[in-house]
Amino acid sequence: MSNDKALPVELSDIERNRRAFRKSKQRKSTLVALVSTVVFAVVAWLTLVNSPGWDRVQQSFFDPNAFSASLPLVLDGLLLNLRVLFFSAIGVLVFGLLLALLRTLRSPIFTPIRLLVRGYVDLFRGLPLIIVLYLVGFGVPGLRLDFLGRIPAEVLGTIALVLTYSAYVAEVFRAGIEAVHPSQRLAARSLGLTYAQSMRLVVLPQALRKVAPPLMNDFVSLQKDVGLISVLGAVDAVRAAQIQVAHFANFTPYVVAGLLFVLLAIPTVRLADYFTTRLAKREQAGGVL
Amino acid sequence: MSLDLGPMILNVRNLKKEFEDKSVLKGIDLEVYRGQIVALIGSSGSGKSTLLRCINLLEEISDGQIFLNDEDISDPKVNQDLIRRQIGLVFQAYNLFAHLSILENITLALKHVQGLDTETAKAKALSLLERIGLAEKADSYPDKLSGGQQQRTAIMRAVALEPKLLLLDEVTSALDPELVGEVLELIRDLKAGGTSILMATHELTFARDVADWVVFLDGGVIIEEGPAKEFFTNPQNPRTIEFLTRLRRRAGDA
Repeated sequence: MSNDKALPVELSDIERNRRAFRKSKQRKSTLVALVSTVVFAVVAWLTLVNSPGWDRVQQSFFDPNAFSASLPLVLDGLLLNLRVLFFSAIGVLVFGLLLALLRTLRSPIFTPIRLLVRGYVDLFRGLPLIIVLYLVGFGVPGLRLDFLGRIPAEVLGTIALVLTYSAYVAEVFRAGIEAVHPSQRLAARSLGLTYAQSMRLVVLPQALRKVAPPLMNDFVSLQKDVGLISVLGAVDAVRAAQIQVAHFANFTPYVVAGLLFVLLAIPTVRLADYFTTRLAKREQAGGVL
Repeated sequence: MSLDLGPMILNVRNLKKEFEDKSVLKGIDLEVYRGQIVALIGSSGSGKSTLLRCINLLEEISDGQIFLNDEDISDPKVNQDLIRRQIGLVFQAYNLFAHLSILENITLALKHVQGLDTETAKAKALSLLERIGLAEKADSYPDKLSGGQQQRTAIMRAVALEPKLLLLDEVTSALDPELVGEVLELIRDLKAGGTSILMATHELTFARDVADWVVFLDGGVIIEEGPAKEFFTNPQNPRTIEFLTRLRRRAGDA
């Protein structure tokens, strides 16, 4: 605690006692957390290893040979996931922001556009991603637009991800834009800035700061949903694992893919936490609750 | 009017403003001449803020006309952004941009409205901050400043664009009493520099000493108006008298 940093002044007895009490309380709660975690882990582990099918599960999910054999192939597939992630993240940010901007247009002239965007957001927030993947992945090639050539499955998958995630991200952006106090917009307009300028120079910079944590959250979610493009036949980490599963007649490659996705998510999750705490700290200005 | 008048900057004719079924301004006639300070007084809800916002085209008016230098700015065909560039507005709650330093608050419109390059805009903003003694705080963010400092910055942000008319909407009402003085001092300075000002205010002493013309607004109509000295020493309308007594008594309590 920052309070414990030595103040140059001498402490009163009351403050010394208070600090001693706080410290002992803290020690107690650390101890409780530690003990309960250990107890829970031990119980869970014992239940697992004593269950009647444990040996078989161990063989078919945690086979070291299958693990090392499938790792390079699954890693290869993960590179495709990363490429898809990169392009869909950019697509989602751009398209989501565009949707949010259209939806926050004020003038009554734009009512049809606002309604259209609302319909879009309702539709794609309601549709399960996997169905969007099927519709785009098999529907678009089914149109036989020859001038497009043969579109690779990962591109179609990226399109489906962008369509779905943009609907969510548009709502996040919109919440951020609306959370900027109207007086800021008023001040900008009173200086003679146009609607677009006030949006770009005053409202959006403040809105983006507010929505950084929920955006990171959606990014984490996107990070694992890129694995779903495997249903279209793109050979990504999940699909590569699937092939290896069939090859070894062993589920270990799935565990490999799962681990890789988790490893991928950890830095983003930490970053999201960091953003959230920083924002919370700034907004509550030193309070303890 | 029996004053020595320059050219008319603002001319409001029979301005009406209705919100849904509520009539807030019921036909206002008002003039501001160059270099004048016109003080709008009246209790909260009398329509002072609405009037200022109508003049700055932040509210669509229901009827009447507003002329700025003889141009009818209430004509829907005018480019409203161009008009707002010529009229500065300062708010009761300062409304400084929270994500920008106070220097950037001033340079934003200089760069993006007036098209100055970054260096020129910065130099101009710094000289304005210098004038209000905040040059060292140029890189501070608004929430690190006192209310008085924020409000003086907000006034400079509006003044930086050299508006033909400056509208001040109860700029001292949100301030601690000991900070009111520094803001009023700045307004006095601006008048000395020739700025034309229309201000809604509760500072009667200031209005009497600095304003050229005082307008008393009540229930959306102008009850009484006149040159500041006359208005305060010899009010005619009983409602004016009642309002002034009430406000003075409260000031006496404080």
